[in-house]
Amino acid sequence: MINQYETVFIATPVLSEAQMKEAVNKFRRIITDNNGELIHEEDWGLKKLAYPIKKKSTGFYYLFEFRSEGEFINKLETEFRRDERIMRFLTFKMDKHAIAYSEKKRKMNSKTAENKNEQNQKEA
Amino acid sequence: MAQNDIRYLTPLAVEVKKKKYCRFLRNRIKYVDYKDPQFLKRFLNEQGKILPRRITGTSLKFQRKVAQSVKRARHLALLPYVTDMMK
Repeated sequence: MINQYETVFIATPVLSEAQMKEAVNKFRRIITDNNGELIHEEDWGLKKLAYPIKKKSTGFYYLFEFRSEGEFINKLETEFRRDERIMRFLTFKMDKHAIAYSEKKRKMNSKTAENKNEQNQKEA
Repeated sequence: MAQNDIRYLTPLAVEVKKKKYCRFLRNRIKYVDYKDPQFLKRFLNEQGKILPRRITGTSLKFQRKVAQSVKRARHLALLPYVTDMMK
């Protein structure tokens, strides 16, 4: 049964930019290797945490939105637990309202992005 | 004369009963996003606790969705479990 999932994870702020990219690529490969289909990714970057996790008060947030089999999620989560760079993760199974909501948001973001480009071109 | 010997200094503030409505049904919101702390903060009080339905007036179905997404946001440290001056 193919479902749509959304995973947000927080990486320790100690990581350098390169290590963070490498961690993201590792999970991206895990998803695509197990015939999961990646739909959307978001990098929220370094954000302040509402409460300290593992004595750290900031963290790199990253979001994956993908479609995959149900059994794959256990594998993905053991990978998250095994990787000590990841402080916390949350996997969420998206129902039809959630899917509609994220599509609408993506359309809006792409629209605002286009407007910004147009403005830049006008100014340039 | 004895009837109206009780004189209030200020007129009684009669609490006008404002009809509460569920904002999700009113503006047809179907999904409560756990990644958007700004929106969820409206359902929390100063200490970061979830407000009861009788205050916010949301319907039962959406109160559960809000509570579930607040707990998810707390897990992801987007919202604090307990704080003093939240707003």
